[in-house]
Amino acid sequence: MAVGKEILTQIKSIGNTKKITKAMEMVAASKMRRAQDRMKASRPYAEKMRQVVNHVAYGHLEYKHPYTQIRENVKRVGYIVMSSDRGLCGGLNVNLFKKALQSIAEWKKQDVEVDICVFGAKASAAFRRYGIVAQKTHMGDAPKVADMIGTIKVMLDAYEEGRIDRLFLVENEFVNSMTQRPQVTQLIPLVATGTDSIKHHWDYLYEPESKEVIDALMQRYIESIIYQGAVENVACEMAARMVAMKSASDNAGKMIGDLKLIYNKARQAAITQEISEIVAGAAAV
Amino acid sequence: MTFHLDVVTAEQALFSGTVEEVIAPGAMGDLGIMPRHSQLISKLRAGELQYKTTEGAMASLFVSGGVLEVQPHVVTVLADTGMRAEDLDEAAAREAMKQAQDALQGKDPEDLDYEAIQTELESAKAQIEMLHRIGKLRGH
Repeated sequence: MAVGKEILTQIKSIGNTKKITKAMEMVAASKMRRAQDRMKASRPYAEKMRQVVNHVAYGHLEYKHPYTQIRENVKRVGYIVMSSDRGLCGGLNVNLFKKALQSIAEWKKQDVEVDICVFGAKASAAFRRYGIVAQKTHMGDAPKVADMIGTIKVMLDAYEEGRIDRLFLVENEFVNSMTQRPQVTQLIPLVATGTDSIKHHWDYLYEPESKEVIDALMQRYIESIIYQGAVENVACEMAARMVAMKSASDNAGKMIGDLKLIYNKARQAAITQEISEIVAGAAAV
Repeated sequence: MTFHLDVVTAEQALFSGTVEEVIAPGAMGDLGIMPRHSQLISKLRAGELQYKTTEGAMASLFVSGGVLEVQPHVVTVLADTGMRAEDLDEAAAREAMKQAQDALQGKDPEDLDYEAIQTELESAKAQIEMLHRIGKLRGH
């Protein structure tokens, strides 16, 4: 029967798409689990590091590291943007870029220049017009500190030489597998947060000299924050892709259902017509 | 008197709990830390980190370097890498040491990252030393 040939082809092609999105959903789900494990494993270190650095930012230390000195006059700021390398992950990257651009626009309003450093191919494409000073793409699903440190160093050097006065990190926060929240945080100079309980005059004993210890600590601090951000971003990417692909599969299923209904109606109409023609023919005899 | 000790590495949290005493491999020599020690921050070298649990038993971990922070009631060890004493492997440590030594004797000194290899070498040496010490304690 030649009824609804084109509908049948359409159903088949949507079926093929559904197979692909379904497969991508499952791959993203298993990758997300692994990325989440990595994120959880590195979280205690990042948290403790933040605590210690917070103490350092609060204390009255003999050696003031450049990262703890707040420069009043801001002429140029730096942004580090974490994005994914691949698309098909819903609004994850777009939402992040919007947030970043908002924040950048506020600085531009005050006549402050902006330098951008990006991770991930998506951010590299999005911020091409805005003056990227350093970038790193294609780090894979398990980013390594060693791969990132060179790119970050460009921004840290710029800060230490006074070319930029603030450095911000734009990254996705993994709330749960359904929600990822883009956020902009100030990386340096350090912002002391938390309780006032330790805010009185004290200083550390240092071994060896204060400069050496604090420098070592700060280097590790930045490394850990950036690494945590990259690992978290991978988890966000996979979660967003899983959700996007799940809704794509659901939509494909719905479309197939609708098309099947149309196809069956057309087939039924053709059969009814044929029967009525036969009946009419028999009556005429 | 006790205090809280946290030992974390970039890969995992190694220990978190209440202890009575900590002996850490500071960059300038071993540091013994008792409760209510004044604030101190120190670099660590590769070596053995010992702590006395509330049951009075001494336990130890290997750390390859990092930073130690002491606040009167909390001690935090931010280790670069580290492992539990029972995970130490003498064969693997000797292998790492041999590789580092070979690399140092390599032909092209310009390509060498001396600092990284030196760290590697010291870490391997410290692991072997620690194994020997523990081995003696257990009476091997």
